Amino acid sequence: MGCKMRWPEAIHKELSGAGVRVVGYVPDAGHKRLIELCHTDPNMRAVVLSTEEEGIGLAAGAWLGGQKSALLMQSSGVGNIVNVLGMVRECRFPLVTLVTMRGEQGEFNPWQVPMGQAVRPVLEAMGTVVQYADKAEEVAPIVNAALRLAYNSYASVAVLISQRLIGIKSFQEQAAQ
Amino acid sequence: MKRRDAVQQLLLDRGELLVVAGLGSTAWDCTAAGDSALTFPMWGAMGQAAMIGLGLALAQPQRRVLVITGDGEALMGLGAFATIGVQQPANLTVVVIDNEHYGETGMQQTHTAHGVDLAGIARACGLKVVAFEEARNVIHQGAGPHFVVVKVEAEKIPLVLPPREGALLKARFRRAVLGPNADLD
Repeated sequence: MGCKMRWPEAIHKELSGAGVRVVGYVPDAGHKRLIELCHTDPNMRAVVLSTEEEGIGLAAGAWLGGQKSALLMQSSGVGNIVNVLGMVRECRFPLVTLVTMRGEQGEFNPWQVPMGQAVRPVLEAMGTVVQYADKAEEVAPIVNAALRLAYNSYASVAVLISQRLIGIKSFQEQAAQ
Repeated sequence: MKRRDAVQQLLLDRGELLVVAGLGSTAWDCTAAGDSALTFPMWGAMGQAAMIGLGLALAQPQRRVLVITGDGEALMGLGAFATIGVQQPANLTVVVIDNEHYGETGMQQTHTAHGVDLAGIARACGLKVVAFEEARNVIHQGAGPHFVVVKVEAEKIPLVLPPREGALLKARFRRAVLGPNADLD
């Protein structure tokens, strides 16, 4: 104690405090720690998905059954959820999506750049509110606000976590995670 | 077998069963068997019926959950069976009404018309495959996840449509499951 909480721990605390019980994810190096925390939390069910699109169905089903959820993905996964965000909007399902960004600050893989740069306009085109966190100390309050906006106002909210915070600058570093 | 007869039998004396109806013909079949607040009929999000069933089954472990969907809808979300296989929700049954055709778009053949085996895929993912004759039994009791394929005739029959508005369908389902507090949470 005494040392500053790292942002993945801070996100987990916010999810836990908001009563999130189901966490769907497609693994991403940036979400590695948060995924571990969700798996070890006895009050959360962490669900590994084969594609991000499944996480939208999972979140919708959980809400139909009265439970709050969160969805974790990398920016590339946003392209996989576009059509099903139509259901989220039409049904006014609350949805919290936490997106670790690639293809923006200091990207080393050119194949990540097109989708990374399209994340915000794509989400906004489908009616999702987009919030952006690029400082470690801002992540928790932004996630807290996203959870309240989603579950108090039946909104779809995405928090984009800047590539600056992920801190991976090469394939070698990513593989060593 | 005729699809409406199959779905009618599956939903007979359904009690408190929670039902997700995949878009297209299976949603019309479920409505023909009797519209219910405890049915969530889909008009879009093709490929997600089984995943909505999984989310519901995890959120309501004391209730039984049934997904009724078509072969085309199931084919669009095959990964869901792998995901369900990992989670092993004991209270979930997925039934595919398989007419080997896309019924809403001109009756083109689906992959199952060419021998693709949905039951084999589900079994390989860790779901318990049972015959249609056992379906009503496993829907209401026993440890799943269960999976059933019902081969039906490819027929064009009159549409029986549920309400369309998504927010209404969501709200009525939540009220029916959660009671008056559904709107206060």
